Amino acid sequence: MTIAEKLQILTDAAKYDVACTSSGGDRRGGNLGKTIAGGCCHSFSADGRCITLLKVLLTNVCCYDCRYCVNRTSNDLPRAMFTPRELADLTIDFYRRNYIEGLFLSSAVVRSPDYTTELMIKALTILREEYGFSGYIHAKAIPGADPLLTHRLGLLADRLSVNIELPSSQSLALLAPDKKKENIFQPMAQIREEILQSKADKRKFRHTPDFAPAGQSTQMIVGASDETDYHILKLSEGMYQKYALKRVFFSAYIPVADSPLLPSPVDFQPPLLREHRLYQSDWLLRFYHFKADEILSPDQPTLNPLLDPKCNWAMNHLDQFPVEVNTADYRTLLRVPGIGVIGARKILSARRWRSLDEDSLKKLGIVMKRAQYFLTCSGHMTPALRARPENVLRALTALEAPAIQPQYEQLSLFT
Amino acid sequence: MSTWPQCTLAYDGTFTGFLTCVGDSFRRKEYPFYFLTPGNRQFSLYPLREIVTDPNLARQVYQDLEKEVSESFRRMMTYAFLTDLPQKERHMFDLIYLAFSRALPQDVTDQRILILDRAIHHLTHEAHQYKGFVRFADYHGVLVGQITPKNRVLPLLRPHFCQRFPNEAFLLHDKTHKEALFYAGGKWKIRPVDHLDLDKPDQAELECQALWRKFYNTIAIPSRYNPKCRQTHMPKRFWGDLTEFQSPEPA
Repeated sequence: MTIAEKLQILTDAAKYDVACTSSGGDRRGGNLGKTIAGGCCHSFSADGRCITLLKVLLTNVCCYDCRYCVNRTSNDLPRAMFTPRELADLTIDFYRRNYIEGLFLSSAVVRSPDYTTELMIKALTILREEYGFSGYIHAKAIPGADPLLTHRLGLLADRLSVNIELPSSQSLALLAPDKKKENIFQPMAQIREEILQSKADKRKFRHTPDFAPAGQSTQMIVGASDETDYHILKLSEGMYQKYALKRVFFSAYIPVADSPLLPSPVDFQPPLLREHRLYQSDWLLRFYHFKADEILSPDQPTLNPLLDPKCNWAMNHLDQFPVEVNTADYRTLLRVPGIGVIGARKILSARRWRSLDEDSLKKLGIVMKRAQYFLTCSGHMTPALRARPENVLRALTALEAPAIQPQYEQLSLFT
Repeated sequence: MSTWPQCTLAYDGTFTGFLTCVGDSFRRKEYPFYFLTPGNRQFSLYPLREIVTDPNLARQVYQDLEKEVSESFRRMMTYAFLTDLPQKERHMFDLIYLAFSRALPQDVTDQRILILDRAIHHLTHEAHQYKGFVRFADYHGVLVGQITPKNRVLPLLRPHFCQRFPNEAFLLHDKTHKEALFYAGGKWKIRPVDHLDLDKPDQAELECQALWRKFYNTIAIPSRYNPKCRQTHMPKRFWGDLTEFQSPEPA
């Protein structure tokens, strides 16, 4: 089998993995490569997702039979496997030509989790030690592998991740009978411990090797099982706190398997809008000091598809608005729709020199088409503040039109 | 606005030349209203003066930008000169004049600052995009890449690529501004290069490009096809230089 055929099969098998970020690292030195703290996108594929890493599986030969997964044993599809050497050479070839920011290495479980992890370690060792590669490496920890092997993987990679796949242990039992919740959280806890340990040791001994310096992440599939958005957000929030994750990725379920337990593949649209709303809420959790319980509640467990979660929160808490731009503190400003992290900081620095009016907010890049309904400038009401709540709601929903799938089609007059 | 008589200056288009213009204007107490460069000679009603680049005067002005104003102001001017803002010299001179008269506005919403801030943002954003969108091809061990940026991004890309490929030899050609960054053995130079005549790359290189195209076409998920989103993140003006959109050359 040629490299090109292997690449095709193993890319095809890896493409449903969402995580493709290269941020959080600060690796330099070595013969080739360095990481950028903010990450760097090298291309965008036809589905609009960023390509930053060479995202492949080491092999798609798998001994598990998870119902939702394209690589399950019972699925009849071509199988392939890179040797560690082929994979390392391919990474270097692509990296030198600036096609990629590094390697995203995942794998199906061939023979056993231990054997698979050993192969991954071998490939990464060639990269790091033989080629002196300092680019970004994101490796998947294989649940069930020996903790010592996961430890060695973490010393070679910048980021580790363990996929929790499905948002509850019931769905896991139903759709991934070979995977157990404990098996997934055990490596996650181990990685958290080792990251903390390595950081603590680093204060004492300068040459302590870094363990997964760019942290760990996870991903789960949305829409394959019937968990609510509230459940998913609570779970994400819990994992951010408990496992100090850098990111939780969501992936809209795409039918790749024909199981009576899963949504039917015929006419099934991946829940892309839901995924989008979940990501928006995820941002609110991570950068806007929101809590999952503020965004949703057990009585209101579904995200509003028509409004982004922040606007939705603001519309339900009109008593906290309008906010006075010239006096409000940072966290209050962050809660105003149309003001983001950068916008809020700009407001803080600009208002030291002058009091801000609507025009200067526009110049600072504040999205006034959203913010105008929630702000006063030195006590001056924007005209939009006089609008009735139902009209505000209508205007805000209209802004979301491009994100919402068109449900109606313009009929032609001439057919 | 100043009471100095206005004039038009013609200079050689370099940063040193521009700094000479600044120094010269302050010596003569003339306010340059329009700047002409070799590529842009047009008739102007203001009296025209040719400025001969004077590195010593330029160095003096460069030091004063930091000493009399601030380090961040000097960086702002250095960056502003790399932008594609029309008549950027005029906008820069306006600010330098204010700064040297101790009247630099602190308010970031001031139009005079805002116009340069936006241009610089455009420059740094484009440089960041090109950190990802540059594509090299291997010509017998030398990496060659070509780009067509709107702003002069090479000086901003230089530290990035020199740190990334310390042991490689590479050449990055900016087709818009006809200059190129050369790097080998820890040393770099940016020099004018009009045109680059490249041979057909060798077989190994063509195979690697084919592999990359294969990867690019496979990684997209068909049921999530979203060309609008791709174009937002990667506008079509970049596509011409990207390996993934080039059709394989006939053997």
